[in-house]
Amino acid sequence: MSDMQTLNGNCIIIGASHAGVNAAFALRKEGWQGAITVFDTDPTLPYHRPPLSKAYLTSDDGIEKNLLKAEQSYEKNQISLSLGIKITSIDRKKQLIHCDDGEQHSYNKLIIATGARPFIPPIKGIDSAHQLYPLRTAEDVNHIRQAMLSSSNKRVVIIGGGYIGLETAASLKKMGANVTVLERESRILARVTAPIMSDYFQQLHHEHGVEVFTAKDVTSIETKDDSNTVICADGSHYPADIIIVGVGIRVNTELALEAGLDIENGIKVDNAARTNDKDIYAIGDCSFHHNPHYNRLIRLESVQNAVDQAKVAAASICGKDVTYDTLPWFWSDQYDVKLQMVGLSSGYTKVVIRKETDDERKFSVWYFYHERLLSVDTINHAKAYVVGTKLIKSGAVIDQNKLADSRITLHPDNLI
Amino acid sequence: MAKITFITQDDENIVLEADSGSVMALAVENGVSGIDGDCGGVCSCATCHVHVNPDHVNQTGEASEIEKDMLELDDNANEYSRLCCQIEISEKLDGLILTVAN
Repeated sequence: MSDMQTLNGNCIIIGASHAGVNAAFALRKEGWQGAITVFDTDPTLPYHRPPLSKAYLTSDDGIEKNLLKAEQSYEKNQISLSLGIKITSIDRKKQLIHCDDGEQHSYNKLIIATGARPFIPPIKGIDSAHQLYPLRTAEDVNHIRQAMLSSSNKRVVIIGGGYIGLETAASLKKMGANVTVLERESRILARVTAPIMSDYFQQLHHEHGVEVFTAKDVTSIETKDDSNTVICADGSHYPADIIIVGVGIRVNTELALEAGLDIENGIKVDNAARTNDKDIYAIGDCSFHHNPHYNRLIRLESVQNAVDQAKVAAASICGKDVTYDTLPWFWSDQYDVKLQMVGLSSGYTKVVIRKETDDERKFSVWYFYHERLLSVDTINHAKAYVVGTKLIKSGAVIDQNKLADSRITLHPDNLI
Repeated sequence: MAKITFITQDDENIVLEADSGSVMALAVENGVSGIDGDCGGVCSCATCHVHVNPDHVNQTGEASEIEKDMLELDDNANEYSRLCCQIEISEKLDGLILTVAN
């Protein structure tokens, strides 16, 4: 295929969230001259997802205050949005997609950015519970806001003590709800942080009047009229006017699977986000990719991964030789606390905790695999976050005693 | 109403007007190159880095501690650096000139 054909072909993007929308704009930036069409089942103009559980939930703003790009930016860049439409299948032989409105569209390059959907666990009574919602889309949040307005007691039970559950707890508390969080594991954020972080956030919520109970396996929900009772395996039960489910996601791999693309823990892609079909890419939450910093295959649910992988896919489609090698980073805001994380802590053998004596609101947790720094979690401490980022990227061996000594100024040069 | 000029790395001058919201949101709405605002404006991603014209620092004020920390190891940072998601638009900003850092 010549470059001219590539530049003048059709690119179709399935999924119009952070990954899909950024891919569309990145394609234009890289010089793609052909048509770009972005499809999504969500009828809303593409919006930022992280604020949904935070500032957007607590505000009465419309979603137009949270758009990823202004509507006129799509026109200016000749990017077509086809919203409220579901893609039902991909025909790789004919290079076509089929839509639920009966239309079909041909592509030269296809980007799958289908993301993930909330997992609704098979709990007895969950389907008939009153005012039970996941939190993934603007529509979910609109339902939750409406439920809050119409509820007089505002008793909320949140099933799942992960980031979504905890952020939502903080937001709903601010809105005047009486919030209880039920976590199945023995500590919150168990999968992603060290015990000290779990303890910190449990205490933080406690101080704000949100009770977080761990080792709570929800087995059933009983609903009478407008009131639910959430019942756990240990016999404890919690009344709830509103229930939020935040127990994780299922990756939207069905389209790719039916099209015969390689699937593992997500849609398997190479270091340029390309699937086993050279004309099909997969980016964002749905992609299972290699991370060179940790030399393993991973799937990430983050804005950073969505945006950066989108840029790599766009560059590759436009003929550039690129490799996706970004160090993962994340953030979470709860109450007035800012958590920033860089790297992946999985497999750590040791943590070093650095407490700042000049400001007790700040601390950082440094995860090591023996001598090697894997990741850093920082609380109200952007400096530790950027220093950690620099040190992980450099691969330098850190003096762990110096790191733990808050009398030594936090700077890469002082720690190696 | 405040008139704000963005100078991009390609030396494009973009003049925009607004009376509220953040400078980052204004730039993103109008497709100013180099201002991405990936985190949506919560000072977490540092993709809205600008240099304030030295004569206009009294209009914007200085960077907050978190902005300074986020930019501390950034090669493009200088004493006029701001993360413009943290600059709220008001009449006070009228005439402001910002150079996009990336």
